Amino acid sequence: MKSLNAKAALLSLLLLLVVLGIWHLATASGASGGAAAGMTAEEVEYAKMMGKDPGAAKAGGFPTPLEMGRTAWKHLSHPFYDNGPNDKGIAIQLGHSLARVGLGFGLACLVAIPLGFLIGMSPLAYRALDPFIQVLKPISPLAWMPLALYTIKDSGVSGIFVIFICSVWPMLVNTAFGVASVRRDWLNVARTLEVSPLRKAFRVILPAAAPTILTGMRISMGIAWLVIVAAEMLVGGTGIGYFVWNEWNNLSLTNVIFAILLIGVVGMLLDLAFGRLQKAVTYVE
Amino acid sequence: MTATTTAPTTATNPSPEFLRVQGLARSFQAQRPVFAEVDFDVARGEFVCIIGHSGCGKTTILNVLAGLDRASAGHVFMDGREVAGPSLERGVVFQSHALLPWLTVRRNIAFAVESRRPDWRRAEVDAHVEKYVAMVGLSAALDKKPSELSGGMKQRVGIARAFAIEPKMLLLDEPFGALDALTRGTIQDELVAIVRRTQQTVFMITHDVDEAILLADRVLMMRNGVVLPDGGWRPGGIAETLRIELPRERTRGTLHHMPGYYELRNHIVDFLVTRAHAA
Repeated sequence: MKSLNAKAALLSLLLLLVVLGIWHLATASGASGGAAAGMTAEEVEYAKMMGKDPGAAKAGGFPTPLEMGRTAWKHLSHPFYDNGPNDKGIAIQLGHSLARVGLGFGLACLVAIPLGFLIGMSPLAYRALDPFIQVLKPISPLAWMPLALYTIKDSGVSGIFVIFICSVWPMLVNTAFGVASVRRDWLNVARTLEVSPLRKAFRVILPAAAPTILTGMRISMGIAWLVIVAAEMLVGGTGIGYFVWNEWNNLSLTNVIFAILLIGVVGMLLDLAFGRLQKAVTYVE
Repeated sequence: MTATTTAPTTATNPSPEFLRVQGLARSFQAQRPVFAEVDFDVARGEFVCIIGHSGCGKTTILNVLAGLDRASAGHVFMDGREVAGPSLERGVVFQSHALLPWLTVRRNIAFAVESRRPDWRRAEVDAHVEKYVAMVGLSAALDKKPSELSGGMKQRVGIARAFAIEPKMLLLDEPFGALDALTRGTIQDELVAIVRRTQQTVFMITHDVDEAILLADRVLMMRNGVVLPDGGWRPGGIAETLRIELPRERTRGTLHHMPGYYELRNHIVDFLVTRAHAA
């Protein structure tokens, strides 16, 4: 097992090096064989005057891995600066995104888990609410955006609402399913012990359904992190999604790629955290 | 032969009936009750086994006694009060042990004790739990999760949990059904010892003829519901009550040497083979 892990790690590293190598070769050859080759000094000057700087093509084009590294270092060494609305440190942007996700996700937890409990406990509530859930669940969260902007009128709050609405469904459905499928034996134990409803909910049903609920939360968090980037591109102002859009408008692919990688890493960390939580509440029957 | 066909047992029981079941019936399909007109009594301190084939309604009767299920007709009285729902007065040992898998042995039993004695302090609960875990010989496994225990150990914890709430009556739903023969024998002996010591009133379901003879003071033999030759339906019920008048100090080792054992055994087996399904 240990040697398998070591081999896998080695292979991952190798793949990374291969990708970086291909990237380097592809971008380096494109730069050296650029339009500047074979031009006289006058021709280059003329081209610059016409707004087609052959040297600058490299700066605006696809970055080399080395440039990427430099950009990443620049961002990561000063993550917290704030030079006005369009120039903030990467940590500040990420912080805004995480705060929105946290708020929207937290509100979704507060609604979805109690409601899921109710639906899971009561077949009547399940049947009554099922058509609504089935219709609302498949709606793309971004489709709510115009409605949210119109009713809430605040773009920041609208972003949080979009996160809320996309997080709520997986948690609601999973909580209801987890609560409804608690083993009858365990409920009978609680009944024969004359356990009060509240104590039964917290001491029997909640721990029994916790792994399923956590799975729902993990899925919700994954979706929320996907959606926040798109939502922030629409509402603008702050956040990692806005940063991507802004850097695209600046034609800085280096910054865009850096942001993409960062979104991936943060998403992975969030998933890892929920994976840990899930493991903590999982029990073996 | 000690078999007394559906004879009332009050004559041999000086104490008034502790549990009284009257005209009990339960139907899941209209016009076809699984069992009907089930009447029996259980005296205080008595160990009663009910034996019968699958589908005759044994578990349903037990669930009604536990208050987990409702009868379609009839009444159950315990200690002069009608059974209307689950109660801490009746401890249940489930067929599938039904331990909460996220709790340790200690916490599983403490959950029951805390339900019984909400006013007790933690130390009192702990001491009580440890006493009952020691009773089933599992002190070493006190802080293990059920998943770390064998099937027999889990069932012992289930028994300890039922005893720990000190119920007036214990209901056991085929507690040893899922165990191998060796483990089953050991736990049967333990159960005999504990029940004799605590004078617990027990109602137990079993499939196993020897188990019934080993443990019970009285065996209720249940027949299945059948379709009669004329197309009608005869619901299941208690066909016969068999008093086990062997000395109470029985163990698996000595049981088959006791005079009268084989007659009892043959009687029950004959019933199960020839009469339990007969129309």
